[in-house]
Amino acid sequence: MLTINQYVRPQSLDEAYELCQKKNTVVLGGMLWLKMQSRLVGTAIDLCDLGLDTIEETADSFRIGAMATLRMLETHAGLNQMTQNALADSVRSIVGVQFRNCATVGGSLFGRFGFSDVLTLFLALDADVELHHGGVLPLREFAEMPVLRDILVRVIVRKRNIHVAYQSQRNTKTDFPVLTCAVSEIDGVYRCVIGARPMRAVVFEDESGLLSGGVNEDNARAFADDIAVRVSVGSNLRAGADYRRRLTKTLVRRALLTLGKENEPCKSN
Amino acid sequence: MQIKLTLNGKPVSEEIAADLLLLDFVRAHGCASVKRGCETANCGLCTVLMDGKPVLSCSMLAARAAGHEITTLEGMGAEAEELAAFIADQGAEQCGFCNPGFMMNTIALLRENPTPSDDEIRAYLAGNLCRCSGYEGQLRGVRAFVAWRAQKGRCAE
Repeated sequence: MLTINQYVRPQSLDEAYELCQKKNTVVLGGMLWLKMQSRLVGTAIDLCDLGLDTIEETADSFRIGAMATLRMLETHAGLNQMTQNALADSVRSIVGVQFRNCATVGGSLFGRFGFSDVLTLFLALDADVELHHGGVLPLREFAEMPVLRDILVRVIVRKRNIHVAYQSQRNTKTDFPVLTCAVSEIDGVYRCVIGARPMRAVVFEDESGLLSGGVNEDNARAFADDIAVRVSVGSNLRAGADYRRRLTKTLVRRALLTLGKENEPCKSN
Repeated sequence: MQIKLTLNGKPVSEEIAADLLLLDFVRAHGCASVKRGCETANCGLCTVLMDGKPVLSCSMLAARAAGHEITTLEGMGAEAEELAAFIADQGAEQCGFCNPGFMMNTIALLRENPTPSDDEIRAYLAGNLCRCSGYEGQLRGVRAFVAWRAQKGRCAE
């Protein structure tokens, strides 16, 4: 059972940062995972008065506040146009609309949960995160860091020539994923992210240049086989390591072929 | 701590514990339609609308709802009564335990998208679990309600 002694709504990021330096404090996200824990929290810090529940579009980026919900990601026209709906694809199987109206981007990323669809997709988008104290850093770097006493303010996705596709496998439709996979090509650089291994998501690049001539059936299969060899996978209640390795081949190949179709030039009539 | 919010159109001000869940708060105010189900944010039984959007009251602090407008089935009036008749007409409520959450989320769906396709209905209601019906009755009920509303709209023109 979750017990909270004190609930605070800071009125500035500085105040929130100062509060979270104290022991036994927790910054609240959507509370969906936190609430499942048996834990005594001294002070719960709620960022809901800081205006971080917005997705702001600037000339060169989308700036997604930490308190923006997964449902906002799912329904944001600009973000989904830039990602060929991969962002909506990545969250639409997460329980239900009510859940996604509660779950926050900040909560999903700060926890760096192994099962996170959101972390998988944003890694493929080569996103940055902005920490109040730590400044702006690549999400890829942040994902590998230990949990910090800092405030995740926003996620920044730069507007570039992005092609991205998302795949996941679930035992039942709205359950945690057994494996997540996002593949992107951004300004000519291919990235492949595998999550729910069940460990946290990891990024692979096309170091051997398998995809350098564009995606086709043969090199998609070869790249997928290569990732399946390189990725470290484990077993848990939902699936065994061998099954995850086999799934990796299938999901990476499917995602790449989706990407290849999107990259095809439009045929004129 | 003291919170102020609007519950079913009425202002409420109350001293609460920091960890009181919105589910317990609304039930303590007589909103018995809001059910305690899985308590793991999976079943949708505890669905309420916060500023018009469906949320899970089992996983939200009452403190976070301060300053917001909370609506439960008790506050939906005719909008819910009309839909309930169509659900009942299909025998879709069966034991009835999931029905209030189902109704709340359906109303939220129809406010966002007045003429949803079957796939859109299924997708929006995926977070509402029913262990009696297999969902076909609810789907028929929502479909019939949407068609009735469309016809009513045409007749009024």
